[in-house]
Formats: sequence, C-alpha cells, structure tokens
Amino acid sequence: MSTETIDLKTKLITDFHARESVMNGEARSAFYQKKRAALAQFDELGFPTPKNEEWKYSNVRDLISASYNFNTSDTLSAEDLIDLKMPEQAANILYFVNGHYNAELSKMASSSDQIIIDSLQNAYKKNPELVNSYFDELVKDDNDAFTSLNTAFAHDGVFIHVPDNQTVEHPVILRFVSDARKENIGSQPRNIIAVGKNAHVKIAEAFRTIGEERSFTNVVTEINVGEEAGVEYYKVQNESENAYHIGTTQVRMLDRSHFYAATVTLNGKFTRNNLNIVIDGERCEAHMYGLYFPDGTQHVDNHTVADHRKPNSESNELYKGILRDKSKGVFNGKIFVRPDAQKTNAFQSCKNIVLSPEATMNTKPQLEIYADDVKCSHGTTTGQIDEEALFYMRSRGISKPEAMSLLMFAFCADVVSQIKIDSIREYLENVIAEKLSEK
Amino acid sequence: MLSINGLRASIEGKEILKGINLEVKPGEVHAIMGPNGSGKSTLASVLAGREEYEVTGGNVIFQGKELLELAAEERAAEGIFLAFQYPVEIPGVTTINFLKTAVNEIRKYNGEEPLDAARFLKMVREKAKLVRMNDSLLKRALNEGFSGGEKKRNEIFQMAVLEPKLAILDETDSGLDIDALRIVAEGVNSLRSPERATIVVTHYQRLLDYIVPDFVHVLYKGRIVKSGPKELAFELEEKGYDWIKAEVEAEEVNQ
Repeated sequence: MSTETIDLKTKLITDFHARESVMNGEARSAFYQKKRAALAQFDELGFPTPKNEEWKYSNVRDLISASYNFNTSDTLSAEDLIDLKMPEQAANILYFVNGHYNAELSKMASSSDQIIIDSLQNAYKKNPELVNSYFDELVKDDNDAFTSLNTAFAHDGVFIHVPDNQTVEHPVILRFVSDARKENIGSQPRNIIAVGKNAHVKIAEAFRTIGEERSFTNVVTEINVGEEAGVEYYKVQNESENAYHIGTTQVRMLDRSHFYAATVTLNGKFTRNNLNIVIDGERCEAHMYGLYFPDGTQHVDNHTVADHRKPNSESNELYKGILRDKSKGVFNGKIFVRPDAQKTNAFQSCKNIVLSPEATMNTKPQLEIYADDVKCSHGTTTGQIDEEALFYMRSRGISKPEAMSLLMFAFCADVVSQIKIDSIREYLENVIAEKLSEK
Repeated sequence: MLSINGLRASIEGKEILKGINLEVKPGEVHAIMGPNGSGKSTLASVLAGREEYEVTGGNVIFQGKELLELAAEERAAEGIFLAFQYPVEIPGVTTINFLKTAVNEIRKYNGEEPLDAARFLKMVREKAKLVRMNDSLLKRALNEGFSGGEKKRNEIFQMAVLEPKLAILDETDSGLDIDALRIVAEGVNSLRSPERATIVVTHYQRLLDYIVPDFVHVLYKGRIVKSGPKELAFELEEKGYDWIKAEVEAEEVNQ
C-alpha cells in the first residue's frame, strides 16, 4: 500500500469524525448509526487493490493518489451551464452541483401528488422515518469500500417517491455537474428512489464536468421497484478527461415489475459502474443495456449483477463497446439463479469493437446457477469492424471513414434506441455522431 | 468503356484469374458463364475492388482510367456497380439512409452538390416502383431479415438509384424463383441504354432468357476459353460445360 492510499483514507475518516464532533444530538439517530457503521466498514475494507477479484482490471491507485475538496458549496450559475449544451425538455430537471442540490437551477414539471421529488437533505428534514426506511437497505450487504464511503458521507442527492398507481408523465432528469475549474472536486451523491405498486416512471442521471481539474464522483443510487411497477433508469456519463467516476446502482424488484436500465459512458478518465439487480419477485422483467466509447487512455469498467431469487422471471442484458487508441474496457456480468428461481430466463451479451491494437477489452461472464429448470445464455464478442459490411458500403461509393462511422453509429444505436426520454436519446445520438466524425 | 488486359489475380497465394482479356463497349451486355470455381465471381470482385484479392498481372482500363489504382468507393463513384451474389445485412442502417449517403458521397466525388431530401425521396420512390420494391423495406435496416428475393431486388433497386455506367451482376439469379427473376430482369432491362453496359455473371442460361446478352463468354480455369453470340448460351444449356472442358484439356495436351 502506498502512502497516498493511507492519506486519502485517513483524511476521509478524520473528516468524518470532525463533522461528528460538531453534531447536535443527531448522532444518535438511526440514520446516523448506519453512516457510522458504514464508516467502520470502509475503514476495515480500505480502497480496493487489483488483488481484490472485483477490481482486478481497474486500478484506483491514480484516483486515490490526489486530494479532493468534498465540501464546496454551490459555485455554478445558469450561465456557466450554457456551454454544456444540455438538452431542454418538459421534464423534472434537478441540478446537483458538486453533489449538492441546487434549487435555483432546478425546475419541476410534475405535481406533487403524482411524484415526490426532493433533495435527500430536505426529504430527511421533512420525513426522517420515511427516508430512513429506505436508506442503505439495499446496499448494506454490498461489501464495497466505495459504497460504504458513500453511505458514511451521504448528505445530499435525490429522494424520489412515486405513490402506488401513479404513471408519471414527465421524466425526472438528475444532472450532476462537477465544477472542477479551480480545484479537485469530490462529490458523493446518494439517491433513493422508491416506486410504488403499479407506478411508472422514467429517471435519468446525467454526469457532466466543467473545468480541467480532477473530479471524483462516488455515487450510489438505491431503487425500489414495487409490484407491477415499471421503471426506466438511464445513466449517462459525458465527463472530462480528468473525471473519475465510481457508481453503484442497486435495484430490488418485486412481483410482476419491469425495470429497464441503460448505462452510457461517452467520456471520462476512469469509470466504474456497478449495476446490481435483485429480482426478488415472480414474473419480473429486467433489461440492462450498456454502451461505452472510450478513447485516449480512458478506462471504463461495467460490473453488472442479475440476481434471480424467485421463479418465472427474466433478465436480458446487452452491453456494447467501441474502444479506440489506448483505452481499456472491462465488462463483468454476473447472473445468479438461486435454488428457488426455477423457470428463470437469463440472457447476457457483450459485444465490442476494438479499433486500435493498443486498446484492450476484458470481458468476464459469470453464471452461478443453483436451479435446474432454467434457460441461461451468455456470449461475448470482441473484434474489428465487419469487413464484408465495409466493402459492401464502399462498393456503393461510401468512403471508408464514412462507412466506418455509419457502421459504428448503427452499432451504438442498438443501445441508444432503447432510451425512451427523447431529449436524452437525441443528445446521445448527436454526441456519438460528433465523436465518430472526430477521427 | 472497359478494357481488361491479361488480368491475373490470386487470393491467399492461389491464382484464380490467369490472364483475362475482355472488351466491353457502351450499350453492350456481356454474359460471363462457366462452371463452378472457374473464377467468375473473382472477376466480378476484382473489378469492384475487393481488397482480399491480389492482382498479380495485367491491367484494367475503365473510361480511360486505370481502374485497379482506384479504391472501391472511387470505382463506384466513377460508375461501376456490383450487384452482390450475397448482399450483406447491415443492422441499424436503413436502406434509405444508406442510399442517401451513397448518392451524396458519389455526388461529392464528382463535384456536385448533395441532393436535398425532397428530391432524393422523389427519385427513390420512382426507382422503387421500377423494381416493385415495397416502401416499407426502405425504412428497414439494410437487408436485415430480407428474403433472398428481397435482397436481390434491393441490389437492383440500388443500381437503379445509383445509375452506374457499368453494372456487374454477380449470380443475381441464384436463389430466385421465376417471378422474382422476371422482376429483377425487368429492372435491369429498364436501365439498358446506349451509354451503359452490363456484365452478367451467371452459371445458368435461365437469366439470359430475360436479360438478352450481346456476347457470351465462357470462363474456365481462370481464362476466357470461348466467346460467341447469345446462341452460345443455349448450346451451354443444352450440352453443359463438359464439352468445353474437354476442348480445353485437349488443347492443354497439345501444348
């Protein structure tokens, strides 16, 4: 272990205790006890090294070698956001600057009887029991240092509650902007989403950076999907060349619910996304789509889990990547089928185009099946662009670069077309087209 | 228009074309026939610019230019079109978008402005009628899930849109029933003009009932061993290829 590792860890733990010492009674709350337990777990686990099987191909040494300011207040104005060209749409749009909710920049489109949307802080002030009943419940057994760290410092983020039988027309778009213009910025948003029985909602998390200094985002989102509910959840990352991002989205699904996820990573220095879905109900459908498009020396790691605990449910997964230059990609997809989960259908596919001999992709499907009447399949492909398709297009007069760009756009479209929030899908199509025309 | 002189080509070190000579003038239709493995499709592929084939000798002049020095897309822009024996499925790219890109890339190569959307659509609809291609196919991903007949019809449709000077049809008749064959042939015939030429590569005479050639050439062991008028095709249909093989082998023995 290098001395820097000790530094960031020690610094965070010291910071935690310093905050504790100025608390006024709140330290006794159930909410705070969870945070304290999480800190102890973080202390015990420490930052992962490649010796940890879950972090074998993703080394966080560089990430933890710097220090970050986790305690900034709002530093952005509406003007600062213009350059980010974020798409407009009739939606509930919430801004989080360096992890802190910014009410001034945010706007709501849905009525509060359809959906409760608040910052985690405000929601906790208004109804501590309700927030506490969800907080940490899905991730407490995660055994991941970053998740523990997030729990220990959980302060702000979003709290969303969709009451039973509500279909929320307007999507919820959460925009997390790191302002790294002056210094290295750390942020640890914590999001709690609870969707009631037979309720339907679309939610997106978008991550952006302003400025050239480092940003370190450590985000955790807990999503409860009620019986017969339908949730569409999108995570879009288009951050800077100095952005480090670690995120865990933990989902629990109940009977007959549907959950669609799309995770799209377009830019960022180092990205690790964990998407863990516990299918704790019968006749559920879980869909996971992913797209990553790193270049330069960027690193993108997607870890997913489909954990089938009850019978008769289905999970379906498609992750796709295009890797350029010296970039690195990691895909680890776990499927668990527990002894009770008979008649499970679980499918997984990971397809990659590696455009440079110096780019690498590590894929690892991991199936653990403890039931005997199940259908499971997995497949990974890593290759170059389809030469036959390329020749076909060129024989019609389309130049090689143009043909490559059409083929790659089509490759991405499989995932992007799954996104049902128009402004986000169109934004992604534009950014991808731009990225394709760069080289 | 096209002049092939002593063309030799190989793939993975194996010589397939062993000195092809062929002259094609504007307005002419040439049929290239021959038994399986004689090099028919290789000839079509080399002319279209498929990079797996290595040209080991000879040259090809197309409208005064050294064809073999041009990239596949440049050949297309100069007016060469290959209708594929096995058209490629391209998921995620619609036929209409693919063709729009192709038309405008070719126009760019030739120093022309891109077609605006309205004019392009109008043109495409007219051409689709020509090969009785359903509009709904245009919006689908290129060839994805198309039947064999639909794929071949799509090739002729693309040809109609791109209006090549020289069209090369590589076994376009394979896998087609008689109705599809007739539609494809009608499409090809409607594009015949004194300025354009066609090379029809086929194993069977059947297609030539509908696309009547001016000349028939028999390719065998990488060379054109016999050329004649359209009647030669009937003779081949009747007698098969064995008598040609026997003639060639007798010649080889004499040498």
